[in-house]
Amino acid sequence: MTDRYTFKDLQQERKLFLSRLIIGACVVLVLIACLIARLAYLQITQHEYYSTKSDQYRIHIQPVVPNRGLIYDRNGVLLAENKASYTLMLVKEEAGDIEKSLDVLRSLIELSPEDEEKFYTRLKRRAVPFSEVPVRFNLSEEEIAAIAVNQFRLPGISVQAQLVRHYPQGELMAHAIGYVASISEEELKTLDRVNYAGTDQIGKMGVEKVYEELLHGTVGYETVEKNARGQIMKVLDRTDPIPGQDIVLSLDSNLQKAAVEALGDFRGGIVALDPATGGVLAMVSKPSFDPNLFVEGISKADYEKLNDRVQTPLFNRALARYSPGSTIKPFIGLAALDTGLRTREHTVRDPGHFKLDGSSHVYHDWTWWTNRSGHDIVNLEKAIYQSCDIYFFDLATDMGIDTMHDFLYKFGFGRNTSIDIPQASIGILPNREWKMRTMGEPWYPGETVNSSIGQGYTEATPLQLATATMLIANKGKWRQPALLKRIGLDGPDIEHKSTIPDIELKNPDDWNFMTEAMAAVIHKGNGGYRNNGTAWPYVVNVGPMPYRMAGKSGTAQVVGMPADYRKSSKSAIPEKFRDHALFIAFAPVEDPKIAVAVFVEHGEGGSGVAGPIARKVIDAYLLENGQLKPEFMPAPAPSLISSLTP
Amino acid sequence: MASILDFARQGSSVGVELERKPSIWERLHIDLPLLCGLVMVLSFGLMVLYSATDSNEAEVRRQFFYILLGFCVMFGVAQIDLRYFRQVAPWLYIGGVGLLIAVLLFGDSAKGAQRWLDFPGLPRFQPSEMMKTIVPLTVAAFLARGSLPPRLWQIGVALMILGIPAALTAIQPDLGTALLIGVAGTFVILLSGIRWKLVFSALMLGIMAIPALWMFYLADYQKQRIHTFLDPEREPLGAGWNIIQSKTAIGSGGLYGKGWLNGVQSRLDFLPEGHTDFIVAVLAEEFGLVGMLFLLSLYLFVIGRCLYIGAMAQCNFGRLLAGSLALTFFVYVFVNIGMVSGLVPVVGVPLPLVSLGGTSIVSLMVGFGILMSIHTHKSPAY
Repeated sequence: MTDRYTFKDLQQERKLFLSRLIIGACVVLVLIACLIARLAYLQITQHEYYSTKSDQYRIHIQPVVPNRGLIYDRNGVLLAENKASYTLMLVKEEAGDIEKSLDVLRSLIELSPEDEEKFYTRLKRRAVPFSEVPVRFNLSEEEIAAIAVNQFRLPGISVQAQLVRHYPQGELMAHAIGYVASISEEELKTLDRVNYAGTDQIGKMGVEKVYEELLHGTVGYETVEKNARGQIMKVLDRTDPIPGQDIVLSLDSNLQKAAVEALGDFRGGIVALDPATGGVLAMVSKPSFDPNLFVEGISKADYEKLNDRVQTPLFNRALARYSPGSTIKPFIGLAALDTGLRTREHTVRDPGHFKLDGSSHVYHDWTWWTNRSGHDIVNLEKAIYQSCDIYFFDLATDMGIDTMHDFLYKFGFGRNTSIDIPQASIGILPNREWKMRTMGEPWYPGETVNSSIGQGYTEATPLQLATATMLIANKGKWRQPALLKRIGLDGPDIEHKSTIPDIELKNPDDWNFMTEAMAAVIHKGNGGYRNNGTAWPYVVNVGPMPYRMAGKSGTAQVVGMPADYRKSSKSAIPEKFRDHALFIAFAPVEDPKIAVAVFVEHGEGGSGVAGPIARKVIDAYLLENGQLKPEFMPAPAPSLISSLTP
Repeated sequence: MASILDFARQGSSVGVELERKPSIWERLHIDLPLLCGLVMVLSFGLMVLYSATDSNEAEVRRQFFYILLGFCVMFGVAQIDLRYFRQVAPWLYIGGVGLLIAVLLFGDSAKGAQRWLDFPGLPRFQPSEMMKTIVPLTVAAFLARGSLPPRLWQIGVALMILGIPAALTAIQPDLGTALLIGVAGTFVILLSGIRWKLVFSALMLGIMAIPALWMFYLADYQKQRIHTFLDPEREPLGAGWNIIQSKTAIGSGGLYGKGWLNGVQSRLDFLPEGHTDFIVAVLAEEFGLVGMLFLLSLYLFVIGRCLYIGAMAQCNFGRLLAGSLALTFFVYVFVNIGMVSGLVPVVGVPLPLVSLGGTSIVSLMVGFGILMSIHTHKSPAY
């Protein structure tokens, strides 16, 4: 083999090779120098920059969401709590074939096309590789178990727990408590972004909205080291969040339940107040809805159901305005006495119809529609317990709308006097100025006549009616309606200071007079037709009643009803044109513990339908086994001995 | 730099000493300086690998096993006389090309490319990996038959020898390996003394062909890699993620590094492929610039020793082969570190002797075995 080389210029060849090798070695050195320069650039010149960047990747300051405060009723019954909810998460990088994973999931749990669509949207929007993307929320125990058993078929899929608002009473308190739901774009603009970092739900309605600040608490922070998968490896530092305050409401869930049951199949609203404090004992609007639907993000189908045009379950009837009908009469009666326009003894002859001077329009008493007659000779007391319209028509012509307005305003009509129910309507309390402002028309005398029996423009909410009733029970002492009873389960009761001046009558005995007149509405019986209280047959004459109650019925015509229906028999009137039934009451007369306003949508009979409902509500609050609860028993007269004891 | 040169000089003087009095090492056909360099690189590599695999002892043990296997192969290859390599080179080449064709026909596909061959009873292997050694061997054997510098027709044949397996590999598709096969063969041609005029014209032609290559040949993912190389921030969470993360790892390491097992970037999974192609980022993060200089010195020593072996070789075949193997080894080092530090586009080249992977280590050790054979089998007639 070597002999082949003998012909070559070996020395020359070696030299050539070596020169090339040296060039190669030089290139190697130059390129190594390039590498070193590059590394030095990254590791010395840019060290600071990359150091910070490295820390940014792994050190995360993340908010720790405070637990939302719980809501209790006055008896300590839980109305809103935080429940662990389980969410199915997927990490794309670990899951591999996502379609296949979803196929497996579909066979294990319920996964609607809507869920999948939302999942893909979220997947597209995710910012960091290896981050978890929710697939479905609110897994059931069975679904969690199914996933756990099949975990080996589901790489990159996990179940995570988080706290979610839950309303254990469901529909019962929905309108009063409201609900929380995802923060909207609009809310985000005004929100304290720092405190809500990490919070994704906010109170949307009712107590949840009004006391959002109290319930939310203060955000905490955690400095954590995360890996690229977003898994927390280590917690470096932590500032605990301050949990939201628990709050206790004045609501009584037992009473609320009783009120809902008392309404039966009717739609309507009921408000019950504690005259001593103004605390709202019950606030019912029927039909109601399940607030839990909103927490998890309501589905289209569910939302459509809630927007039913007749049922309108989202509409809060307790805070909506309706014609008060005759329930306005006790307040106007007080105005007549206090202004001196009428004495208690003043009488009016009621033939069943009434005409204004210089007008051909005939106003009828409600009795006219039943037997073409009136109440004959009527004084103020009878005008209340027999609900005589003619007496008030006559009074109205003397009083005028502005006097009526000013007096009723003192009782909270035409304004929202509540402490923490801002969503309540202010109703309508008309006067000349109001009509000119809203309609650009002067006031007509006939409109005063309508206003005197709570018809026409006048509208009030059940909350306003309950408040005004409470004021008669309190003899003019103002207590503003409030839902919040105390902060913290064991905290002291909050005394909501009333900013509204108490109503002072020239003759304070007029309070007693009106209270007795209202008691007669309920208790004056066995006097024969046209001498009984309008509510007596329905409220008292049905069973034993161990306390006295004062009340007033109201039957309000529904605007837009064709006139000829008035003459036809009741059952022939379509439901949507039937009168609304109202009733206001407080009890016991001697020492009022509860004031109630009942509104029954298309209930027709103020005394016959709304009256018994009011009694059921008051019974539920005052009675236990048919007897007054011990705490409502009249205080025994102080004995000589005890008064002598220091 | 001075320390590196000192080190290299020391190393070579040891070699000279050994040469003077034939020692047990020479009789065992072992080049002690090269062996020492390899052992140091491999030990350092294992240490880094332990950290890069998140202290996974099983992985490190497997790698250690491959290293031992690699040493056995190297010792075995070193025993073979150089002349024998010349004789079997064509047959190895024909066999290798046959296997490449077999891969295309029956290969196992992984990640969208057919690279693996699965013979019953044999471990899975990539024929293209073997070709990285066989191609320079064959080209060197061919060119060493004639006198240097080679004639034009010889260059043409040499280009065909390297072109066929490179093309077969490229259509697997595995452009990275194809390029490395081509580079290994090209080094032989360059070292054989081809005229510069020819080299530069080829270079010009190549540059002119780039637009055509871009339009007609490169697959989308390859274009993507080049896009990403030019502007990694363009897609920080997609294709640019790796390179941003590796640069961050390297940069945050600083001069002295964060210490062994303390590399956050890699240990917190931010660095993908931290134990394979991107292992140098782990090293740079944990040992800093100092550690990188140390690694580069070790590599430089190994490469220097290989070049020295080439310079001392007794025949053209040995020279061309040794020089080509040394330079190819350097290309691996450069491309890998350059890629991880953002100097060259991402090409799937592991860091030689350090990255996790048995095939790579064993085939590299075959090359070093050949080098030792070149150095220790002195033809007595020459």
